[in-house]
Amino acid sequence: MLDLINVSKTFNEGTINEKKALTGLNLHIEEGEFVTVIGGNGAGKSTMLNAIAGVWPVDTGTITIDGTDVTGIPDYKRAALIGRVFQDPMTGTASALGIDENLALAGRRGKSRRLKWGISSKQREEYRNRLAELNLGLEDRLTAKVGILSGGQRQALTLLMATLQKPKLLLLDEHTAALDPKTAATVLDTTEKIVNKDHLTTLMITHNMHDAIVHGNRLIMMNNGKIILDIKGEAKKKLTVKDLLGEFEKASGEEFTSDKAILG
Amino acid sequence: MDTVIGYFSSLSLVGLLNRLPAGVSQGLIWGIMALGVYITFRILDVADLSVDGTFSTGGAVTVILIIGGTPPAIAVVAAFLCGLIAGTVTGLLHTRLGIPAILAGILTQYGLYSINLAIMGFKANTAVNADKYSLVVSGRNVTLAIITGFIFCTFVISILYWFFGTERGMSIRSTGCNPSMSKAQGININLNKVIGLALSNGLVALSGSLFAQYSGFADVNSGRGAIVIGLAAVIIGEVIGDAILGKRMNFALRMVFIVIGAIIYYMVYTLVLWLKMDSNMMKLFTAIIVAVSLAVPYLKETRKNSFHKAGKQSEGGNNDA
Repeated sequence: MLDLINVSKTFNEGTINEKKALTGLNLHIEEGEFVTVIGGNGAGKSTMLNAIAGVWPVDTGTITIDGTDVTGIPDYKRAALIGRVFQDPMTGTASALGIDENLALAGRRGKSRRLKWGISSKQREEYRNRLAELNLGLEDRLTAKVGILSGGQRQALTLLMATLQKPKLLLLDEHTAALDPKTAATVLDTTEKIVNKDHLTTLMITHNMHDAIVHGNRLIMMNNGKIILDIKGEAKKKLTVKDLLGEFEKASGEEFTSDKAILG
Repeated sequence: MDTVIGYFSSLSLVGLLNRLPAGVSQGLIWGIMALGVYITFRILDVADLSVDGTFSTGGAVTVILIIGGTPPAIAVVAAFLCGLIAGTVTGLLHTRLGIPAILAGILTQYGLYSINLAIMGFKANTAVNADKYSLVVSGRNVTLAIITGFIFCTFVISILYWFFGTERGMSIRSTGCNPSMSKAQGININLNKVIGLALSNGLVALSGSLFAQYSGFADVNSGRGAIVIGLAAVIIGEVIGDAILGKRMNFALRMVFIVIGAIIYYMVYTLVLWLKMDSNMMKLFTAIIVAVSLAVPYLKETRKNSFHKAGKQSEGGNNDA
């Protein structure tokens, strides 16, 4: 489904701020895998997701999604294959537009934007049903501007937008990190439900080791722009946070420095 | 004292009432230009300064074509198309060459000055005689001009309402509101910015075309400060519209109020002239209105959320304790 072959990216090359963010990264993900991604600050987690999404071109390597080499394709074109949810709830939705309009925009992802009226009554009905599944009461506020929604509601809506058309790949970049613990748990539950329902191939970055263990069926750990740990299947189910910390020290030769990752 | 009495007795109320319809007709024509400014300033979130140039372009193209024998209605369409091209240039300077939008607009506007002069054979203005040609609109018949202006505004508002409700139009609105989200939803934001700038400048040139016919001549300086008048109309219209309608305000009504804003601007302008103030002072007057209107929302917010206020309530707490 997804292949990253020898992918490298260096920011500010040749300057004092040079940062080798990805250093020959290799990753293969099967269709239907739900992969959680952990690692310290600056490990390259978000950079990897941005490389897959096509926010900027990579320096070397090849990125293939569902058999298509997307390395030379910019983000707005790759969006046909990818659904994304960002860390900041403000990033994923257009605040000045209505809930229905945001969904309609997402409904045309990867298709041409025609001179045809944007929302039909049939689509509105579909949106109403999909919103009802979120259990947030948004189905009764279809034309409300997204700007008046809470962060959690906006993240849930972004999640729905990212999956309204079944994406080949769902990228979640710490999408619960900016939410309070209770809302974060609700959004994670919704994520789990949506991903399981459509068997979506998913990459989810989290700072929370517990979440990384509980959710998904594969876990990868990154350090210095590379994957240093890859656990799946039965082995993942038996993992504990303590195991992970031990594995990190073993694989990287240093202690896990981010308290946030441990305490979540 | 005599001069004061003399001044007031020289003002004739009839004179004002006679002049107001002309203010309305000009307001309707400039209302189309204000709708163009609204597209860039509010929808695309870009302050596009090319409009000062495209307004004159619309006038120059129209007058030269009409004198050359083109039917005035077709000359209006041609002016619109020239505006589209000028807006596209600004859009490409911005998206393809990475020039900040505001600077791209200034460059287009600056370059257009020469182009506008060239269109008119390097004369600063060119007259078009309403007796000789059957113009689309003329200041000689103000009632008819108001009707024509009203029809044009209704048409433009209808088209814009439809366009911004389509899949493409909706994606242009999201481009201005949230570029990151738009890209994640597969929207080509650079293309949308160019479309928005082109459409905006097309409308401004259309307005310039009508204005040149209304006044009976095209002038290379007619667009000077157009952006500020457009902004004034947008702001006056929004303030009044929000005050009257509150939460019932929608996209179509917002555009209607922007045209009303332009009409009010020209009524005030007429009033200022009637009061025998120097019309050259109108530019300063307009600049102050726009500056104040833009500042008010900001000042309201900072007053609600200021260190000064925090400090005061903190002192209050000490007194209580």
